[in-house]
Amino acid sequence: MTTYLIKGARPLGGDAADILVKDGRIASIGDSLTVPSAEMVDAAGLIALPGLVDLHTHLREPGREDAETVETGSRAAALGGFTAVHAMANTDPVADTAGVVEQVWRLGEQAGLVDVVPVGAVTVGLKGERLAELGAMADSAARVRVFSDDGHCVADPALMRRALEYVKAFDGVVAQHAEEPRLTVGAQMHEGDRSARLGLTGWPAAAEEAIIARDVLLAGHVGARLHVCHVSTAGSVELLRWAKSRGVQVTAEVTPHHLLLTDACAEGYDPVFKVNPPLRTDEDVAALRAGLADGTIDAVATDHAPHAVEDKESEWAQARPGMLGLEQALSVVVETMVETGLLDWPGVADRMSVRPAAIGRLSGHGRPIAPGEPANLLLLDPSSRAVVDPAALASRSRNSPYAGRELPGRVVATFLRGVPTVLDGKAVR
Amino acid sequence: MKRHLLEAADLDRADATLVLDTAAQIDQALAGREVKKLPTLRGRTVVNLFYEDSTRTRISFELAAKRLSADVINFSAKGSSVSKGESLKDTALTLEAMGSDAIVVRHSASGAPHRLAHWVRGSVVNAGDGTHEHPTQALLDAYTIRQRLGRLEGVRVAIVGDVLHSRVARSNVGLLHTLGAEVTVVAPPTLLPVGVGSWPVEVSYDLDAVLPKADVVMMLRVQAERMNASFFPSAREYSRRYGLDADRMAVLGDEAIVMHPGPMNRGMEIAAEVADSVRSTIVEQVGNGVSVRMAVLYLLLGGAPS
Repeated sequence: MTTYLIKGARPLGGDAADILVKDGRIASIGDSLTVPSAEMVDAAGLIALPGLVDLHTHLREPGREDAETVETGSRAAALGGFTAVHAMANTDPVADTAGVVEQVWRLGEQAGLVDVVPVGAVTVGLKGERLAELGAMADSAARVRVFSDDGHCVADPALMRRALEYVKAFDGVVAQHAEEPRLTVGAQMHEGDRSARLGLTGWPAAAEEAIIARDVLLAGHVGARLHVCHVSTAGSVELLRWAKSRGVQVTAEVTPHHLLLTDACAEGYDPVFKVNPPLRTDEDVAALRAGLADGTIDAVATDHAPHAVEDKESEWAQARPGMLGLEQALSVVVETMVETGLLDWPGVADRMSVRPAAIGRLSGHGRPIAPGEPANLLLLDPSSRAVVDPAALASRSRNSPYAGRELPGRVVATFLRGVPTVLDGKAVR
Repeated sequence: MKRHLLEAADLDRADATLVLDTAAQIDQALAGREVKKLPTLRGRTVVNLFYEDSTRTRISFELAAKRLSADVINFSAKGSSVSKGESLKDTALTLEAMGSDAIVVRHSASGAPHRLAHWVRGSVVNAGDGTHEHPTQALLDAYTIRQRLGRLEGVRVAIVGDVLHSRVARSNVGLLHTLGAEVTVVAPPTLLPVGVGSWPVEVSYDLDAVLPKADVVMMLRVQAERMNASFFPSAREYSRRYGLDADRMAVLGDEAIVMHPGPMNRGMEIAAEVADSVRSTIVEQVGNGVSVRMAVLYLLLGGAPS
């Protein structure tokens, strides 16, 4: 195993130091280390962060390998600075059995670019009718701890209560896609001034907030852990703040696109901007940023959702919802949170690595940059700026909402347990 | 004029007035002529691309193009490659390759004409997209109002009915505002969009309070299936609260007119005796539709009038 000496990086944005990576771990950190046998990585001016952890990735395999595979999605993740991603369960077949989650986990091992952590479906076939075999998935080789019907809400309150209770047996968490389905029939975009004018059926903020309100009450009542996926409204942030103040074990994530983009993107009807939950208003964006800054929202999660060209190059209503996120997530956080002064580098590490790893119960990720720790690291050039070119992405799909937009920050290198997956800004393989 | 007519906002006041004036010139030019045909668009090809059944709008556009001597192709989504799953983009590129100069599109998806306009070099005319807009309907309505009342500036227009789902309402609100009319939308709160407060209109839930002040009452079609989705309790209650019957017509001012884009639900939003009264412009609207669509095609394809 090659030993690497990372020269002059700034761990969590602090003072420059040399980091020696050996046998998968951080061997030592110090000034002017010299290890003749080590391969040098010039990291002058670069920020060192713990490898990022995504709680919400769609890798599309099995079922839609034309849109993404575990391998292409893993490569996109590595290029984005991730060392672990949670693969959502809405594949075909659905990841609702030990067999499917083990298949996804094994594909991740074979790709070997990030730790692919399968999410198990809460209900059989994501249908919201009866619980999937959650315990079997937890006990499988994939060791599932996060369960989600993402794409669908576990709308039945009694079923949601049972799911929250049941996963306590193996320290699991239910990640809820908060969307009251009766309030979003045919919904296409945020319900407000723009939807009224554009003639697109509205997706009211209350449809998300109603479910969050219900579920934090349920989680508090049964003493279970609840995670809320892709929070998108100012009202949701308020509800989460209230629930946390009452001691409810609730965590939440926000996507990069909800931190940056608004429903103004729907003008022109380009379905690359169609996503669920929809892009909201400037006020929502400000509240989400503030919630992430003060920790009400625990994590940034990409909701990376690759789609084949024909599923996006269509009428708005016919297009599938979702957008790419893995390769630009950190850049968007730099733009919206760091350059605005809302979050410092330790804060970025906390929201993109430490807390998501804790929510997913991943012991080897989200660790401090310190001797003896697993060498899951990324090196970021914060001063670099580049225009996003979808054709240059490693994802198999091209539905990036950031196409043509200049964003700051470039991931120069990523290490997964001491092995580089990205060097000089390029995937190693 | 812009290259496409996708929504009312594509027309500023000068452009909108130009369309109406051009329609009036066309009407004059054709009045009393045995051969109702102008040579203006000879050799140009207009495609009617209809993804929704709409015989009246398609015929209106077809007649407009033919009276300008354009070649007209009717491309109906039913029974074509579209029903076999061809995408809107592939259809657009096919029509483009065949040399169409303008595509008139009707589609059930809001924004479909905007996507189409991205993919073709010719002009795109929106003939109704989902619950978004139907700009030539608004132009023919404005033309009809001007013809009857002699002006648009300051005219008080009440648009009554299912504003939430109405592309006619959206286009009329935009265009009438551009042309200086004062618009009030009247509907039960369930049939108004949440964002209606940002529109340049007054909002009322009370038809009886609005009627005495209205110069124009524009009734919208209410689809019975809205009832099943609890937008209102019953057709009878809707009709009682928001239908235009003879009693309500009696409170209108002397000059006031009654409009409807058709097709009507007689007895639901409009009583037969109202639809057939002298105040009703419903038949004129149909005739004016052809003139206004001729003007639009002429201005988009033929350039400004000499």
